[in-house]
Amino acid sequence: MNFLKSTALTTVAITAVATAANAADCPIKVGVLHSLSGTMAISETTLKDTMLMLVDEQNAKGGVLGCELEAVVVDPASDWPLFAEKARELLSVHEVDVIFGNWTSVSRKSVLPVIEELNGLLFYPVQYEGEESSKNVFYTGAAPNQQAIPATDYFLDELGVEKFALLGTDYVYPRTTNNILESYLKGKGIAAEDIFVNYTPFGHSDWSKIVADVVAMGADGKKVGVISTINGDANIGFYKELAAAGISADDIPVIAFSVGEEELSGLDTSNLVGHLAAWNYFQSAESDANTAFIEAWKAKMGESRVTNDPMEAHYIGFNMWVNAAEAAGSTDVDAVRTAMYGQEFPNLTGGTAVMLPNHHLAKPVLIGEIQEDGQFDIISQTEEVPGDAWTDFLAESAVLKSDWKDLGCGMYNTETDSCVQLKSNY
Amino acid sequence: MQKSFVMRNPSTLVFLGALAMFTILVTVLAEGSGAGLISTSFVKTLGKTLCLALIAVAMDLVWGYTGILSLGHFAFFGLGGYMIGMWLMYERTRGIVEASLAEAKIPPTAQEVTDAIGNQIFGVVGSSEFPIIWSVADSLALQLALVVLVPGALAAAFGWLAFRSRVTGVYLSILTQAMTLALALYLFQNDSGLRGNNGLSGLQNLPGLDHVAQSTVSIWFFWASAFALALGYLFAAWMVSGKFGSVIRGIRDNEARVRFLGYPVETYKLFLFTVTAMIAGIAGALYYPQAGIINPAEVAPIASIYLAVWVAIGGRGRLYGAVIGAAFVSLVSSWFTGGQVPDVNLGFYTVKWVDWWLIVLGLSFVAVTLFAPKGIGGLFDLWSEHRSPNRHGADLGPSAGSLQEKEAVE
Amino acid sequence: MRTYVLAALMFLGSAVMTLAQTDSPVGPIQTVLQNHKETILKSSRKTIGPAIDAVVASKLPQARSMLNVWQSKNMWHHKPSGLFYQAQKAEGKIYRLLDLDTGDIVDEVDKSDLKQIKPNSGIRALIATALVRFQLEDPDPLIRAKGLTGIERAPDASLLKPLLASIDSETDPELKARKSRLAKLLTISFSDDGPARIAAIEALSGDLGLDVRGALNPLVSKVTKAFEGEIPSSLNVAQTRIPGRDEFTKAIAYQLLVDAGKAPAQITGDQIRVALGEHIDGGLVGGVPIVQLGDEDARIRAYSALATAGKVPPLVSDADIESTLSSFSFADIYAEPSPDVSKAAEAALSSISTRVSLSQTADLTLDALSLASIYFLAAIGLAITFGVMGVINMAHGEFIMMGAYTGYVVQQLIPNHTVSIIVAVPLAFAVTFAAGVALERLVIRWLYNRPLETLLATFGVSIALQQLAKNIFGTQARPLTAPEWLDGALVLNPVISISYIRIAIFVLALIFLGVFLYIMKRTRLGLETRAVTQNPQMAGAMGINPGRVNMLTFGLGSGIAGVAGVAIGLFAKVTSELGSDYIVQSFMTVVVGGVGNIWGTLAGATMIGFFQKGVEWMNPSNTLAAQTYMIIFIIIFIQFRPRGIIALKGRAAGD
Repeated sequence: MNFLKSTALTTVAITAVATAANAADCPIKVGVLHSLSGTMAISETTLKDTMLMLVDEQNAKGGVLGCELEAVVVDPASDWPLFAEKARELLSVHEVDVIFGNWTSVSRKSVLPVIEELNGLLFYPVQYEGEESSKNVFYTGAAPNQQAIPATDYFLDELGVEKFALLGTDYVYPRTTNNILESYLKGKGIAAEDIFVNYTPFGHSDWSKIVADVVAMGADGKKVGVISTINGDANIGFYKELAAAGISADDIPVIAFSVGEEELSGLDTSNLVGHLAAWNYFQSAESDANTAFIEAWKAKMGESRVTNDPMEAHYIGFNMWVNAAEAAGSTDVDAVRTAMYGQEFPNLTGGTAVMLPNHHLAKPVLIGEIQEDGQFDIISQTEEVPGDAWTDFLAESAVLKSDWKDLGCGMYNTETDSCVQLKSNY
Repeated sequence: MQKSFVMRNPSTLVFLGALAMFTILVTVLAEGSGAGLISTSFVKTLGKTLCLALIAVAMDLVWGYTGILSLGHFAFFGLGGYMIGMWLMYERTRGIVEASLAEAKIPPTAQEVTDAIGNQIFGVVGSSEFPIIWSVADSLALQLALVVLVPGALAAAFGWLAFRSRVTGVYLSILTQAMTLALALYLFQNDSGLRGNNGLSGLQNLPGLDHVAQSTVSIWFFWASAFALALGYLFAAWMVSGKFGSVIRGIRDNEARVRFLGYPVETYKLFLFTVTAMIAGIAGALYYPQAGIINPAEVAPIASIYLAVWVAIGGRGRLYGAVIGAAFVSLVSSWFTGGQVPDVNLGFYTVKWVDWWLIVLGLSFVAVTLFAPKGIGGLFDLWSEHRSPNRHGADLGPSAGSLQEKEAVE
Repeated sequence: MRTYVLAALMFLGSAVMTLAQTDSPVGPIQTVLQNHKETILKSSRKTIGPAIDAVVASKLPQARSMLNVWQSKNMWHHKPSGLFYQAQKAEGKIYRLLDLDTGDIVDEVDKSDLKQIKPNSGIRALIATALVRFQLEDPDPLIRAKGLTGIERAPDASLLKPLLASIDSETDPELKARKSRLAKLLTISFSDDGPARIAAIEALSGDLGLDVRGALNPLVSKVTKAFEGEIPSSLNVAQTRIPGRDEFTKAIAYQLLVDAGKAPAQITGDQIRVALGEHIDGGLVGGVPIVQLGDEDARIRAYSALATAGKVPPLVSDADIESTLSSFSFADIYAEPSPDVSKAAEAALSSISTRVSLSQTADLTLDALSLASIYFLAAIGLAITFGVMGVINMAHGEFIMMGAYTGYVVQQLIPNHTVSIIVAVPLAFAVTFAAGVALERLVIRWLYNRPLETLLATFGVSIALQQLAKNIFGTQARPLTAPEWLDGALVLNPVISISYIRIAIFVLALIFLGVFLYIMKRTRLGLETRAVTQNPQMAGAMGINPGRVNMLTFGLGSGIAGVAGVAIGLFAKVTSELGSDYIVQSFMTVVVGGVGNIWGTLAGATMIGFFQKGVEWMNPSNTLAAQTYMIIFIIIFIQFRPRGIIALKGRAAGD
């Protein structure tokens, strides 16, 4: 056993030396871990292209720490175990200094153990369900309190919705988000029987029954609203059915958390005008940085392509990483992580994003109405909302707190004043 | 007896020797145990490939030898993974929870510990109750037993129903595919109690062995996989060499005649189907701790079709063919999707292998089925000068669809 | 001091002067808006009310047009002057400003000086309500209808009077009926006149409209309340409740008292643990050593000891609950004070609900029929290639996908949706027919005797085609839009409706059924196909060319899949994975129905469609379960009818 231990220690020592040496080594390698084939390719390929564009732009500006950046692209093929394998390959074979990647929660849960074991650094750009905090992951997408909760408030306050249909695809993000929302709505005085929850499979296309059920909810004279966590392709059938049933946004508004510009490009939106989406970014946001970003994207990918929220998350994450590496004078993971806290970078919607000690960003929440041209009209924009890893609206996680800077713990129980676990829960 | 078995199957001896050589070579070169020339991630890939080779052997038994094209063996593989995953997940979480609760002022009750574990495991899917199927998750011995019992029981129940009503051929294939789809959809549901789409994760971290580096753990699993493959191969070779082997080949070539000869065809088929499902379960139980995560997508029907394709490419009706097919296709796949293969610039168009690999793979299935029905394993015949007699296109036996060349030689 | 005041006054005065000078005289509606500038700029439904009310109360003739401008997001705030204008884009970033009072063009400014006021849909609904008054008497019937829609969306007590007043002068009979129906609904909800409400309720009983139920249900909503002693007779009591009877358990009853602050709450396990933790006294809690507290009973003992010492609130025992409950009586109380009204509403609702459930069943049946026709459409090509020829074509789904993409490409070239669909259908048939013929010639014909290998080879073709589609069209879903005459739904009554696109698919399925029957039973190709399938050698001996017949038949099956693809793309989505979503279901449909018989396929599709909708109806919150049970059902079904619902008999059955 001692032999094994010492071998392990030596390995760790060698890795550490190797990492330190890397800082001076050129080129600096940036891992891109997005599916290029399989079911998730539809969303993730765009992010791979975004990363390549950002790396090229940075190289044109002279790279990082005087080094050229090199993007290492691998294809985990929408296969969750393969994500873990490819992450290990990126970290131990290609020895990348940082990874930008993942879309689905399950793929993130798959790479977490690997990233934590090998002390990698991952930037995760998609809105997610929270209830997680890893020392090695920076969550640049929205936590529930940066998307779901403000959107629900908008429904309650601005649209006067009294009955809620929570429709989602059957996987962890909708499940957890809907759990949080149910508990939040009950706290706001909405009765349990006024909340209808439905889960459908990925790619579901037969929506007539569900749409009829939602319409029938209005029978007691209360205003009905739909909160949709329906993912990907399934949205197309859902919106087509809504349009066919003649449901206007004034009768039953639908707010979606997974429908962005990219998803709308597969739809004729003329019948959907007025339905809503909540994000931290819309292509229609007016700022110079956004105009430049969109121009660069269209120049690279073609006129018809659109930008979306996870792309902005990568944009902010990548630039923050560049600045943190410059500030730390090295690409060593621990040094960069320390330099990340408090990093500020102007986001594309006008304000400034700040990296918090809980590895989340403070970002504004935008609510947009769908327009005829497939873009969103931003109807409401909040101040920057700090992301919260552990939601305050579920009893078990309300007592938990994440603070890697001062407490050095991602799952800190404020009731017992103890760190529940140092590794993340996967 | 043993001697004659080896004598009749020289290929078994060669295979086991090659496997042993390979295992030693990898051990010597691996990061966790030797020179460090093979990275941990590649050791894991090789270990997983050995597990895939094992299930391919099982598939070859059921398809190549018995003629049942099962499109459901990956479901059994996945079930085995789930069974071991439940224990790994439970024990790992229990360790974390107990350590954290030990710091509380008031010692926790047994119920509180269970609740906290449930909350950790199922909190992510919005629940905290332990479903009934987790009732023995705290016992390694029982879960290990379930690794073979659950796939075995499902295969036995399904097989009994299907064989009893004489569903054969492509109908059986489609039915097994439907079974796989139903299982995958069931597992996808959060209510199934196995964490829905997220599945069970973090399986590479062995409970209580946190201090052991993954480089070491990967070698352990590599050895275990190699050992399991050796045993499985030996078992399969023994099964197909004797009288039992002749009967199942008979079933493959003409089921009705074997039945008329008085053999209980259904019992043979059911036995074989169940046993191979168990082997698949064992392979899965070794595979998923190396992969780190199991979820319903693994069980999707397409995986089982791929399995059939591996066996077809490797060469049906010979066990080493299955192993070669599984190893070759899965390794080449991972090489191509790794983004490491240089793009081919044709001047007017750049072929990116990430985009084109699946097309090449798909067309190569077609090519293999059309032009090389014996698969890669057929190349060994050239080398050992085992050529089939040229019959100028005439059929050998009664059923034109069956694959008879090998028997004609033996 | 005085100088200061004077200076301040002078400053104020000059400020007012400047404002007046730069912006000439401010119009009356502008003044109203300026008075509510903050709330308008904040643009929140909760606070906007006074601003809208003030505009309406100003009774200015331009109020209506100003509200319209505001509602349609055309009102802008000019930051330098602080005034509101209607703005039109002139050129580039230059906007033309129109005065809200006069409608005259007053200025052209850069966009950076402007801020668009974007009322959200909550505010737009409030504005719509405010506009109703102007619209009800408008000469244009379209605008009057718009006003009525405004009332329907946001019924309000203040609208009842103007609505009633406008009924008599209404000339359009349709609008008149709508107005009087709306008036009845508003009467039910808002009138004080009891008999009038009851009359309105009775008049509308039997109406299936959602709005009728929406007006009636609040009248019968009730809450359970606890009373010490007698129930006051002034309340409209629905029924008295006794704890422990029906679903009104004692726990619920006690919780009701706790919530009302009339009884102490029960102490939970968590509270006990926390309380114990707070009272640790030198390794002991309430006399019990800490190490023993990992046990429920020991905790209770320790807690009881603490309670006796008066340090924590005492536990609530079952006997306590029992005695507390016995001193209260419980009853369901209607929110509506008048018993007559609530009784009439109950009666009306019960007569409506029977009709609603009947209609819902009919609606579900239509849904099931529609789903069945989609399955049938996806499977009918397979009924030819697999059912008749016995070829397992795993790439069948990809042929469906090719058809859908053909539709998409045609729509890119021909913008008119109707024409493009008319072109796309035969083109999709041609494309997939060609693909089918190619597949048959190149691959399948070498494998006629090896069905299992056909399965594998075509599976290879399937993944290659899928990836090829991704390489060509990208991974994003592509739009395939139905022509306008297929938009919307056929509404039979407020509960039963079915979208036209689904009807079109149903009709298409029927046409295909007819085409299939015609070709198989009435044409030479059909005859030859049947002959070749039964006995190729014999058919060959009779002068039929089996190769050619197989090729054409396979092409036909594939071509039909292509047309089905166009239909499925119209109703759902066009992605490279479109086909794989349908392939297993399609095979199931054919197998369940009985191979080789089109009626069997029809029966199979119908059974699967109805079964799936049935499960969905029983378990509405989990659609995934419906699909799972459907497949398990099929597996079990095949045990009992291995040859499907309609099994071929005799020599045609083969083997």
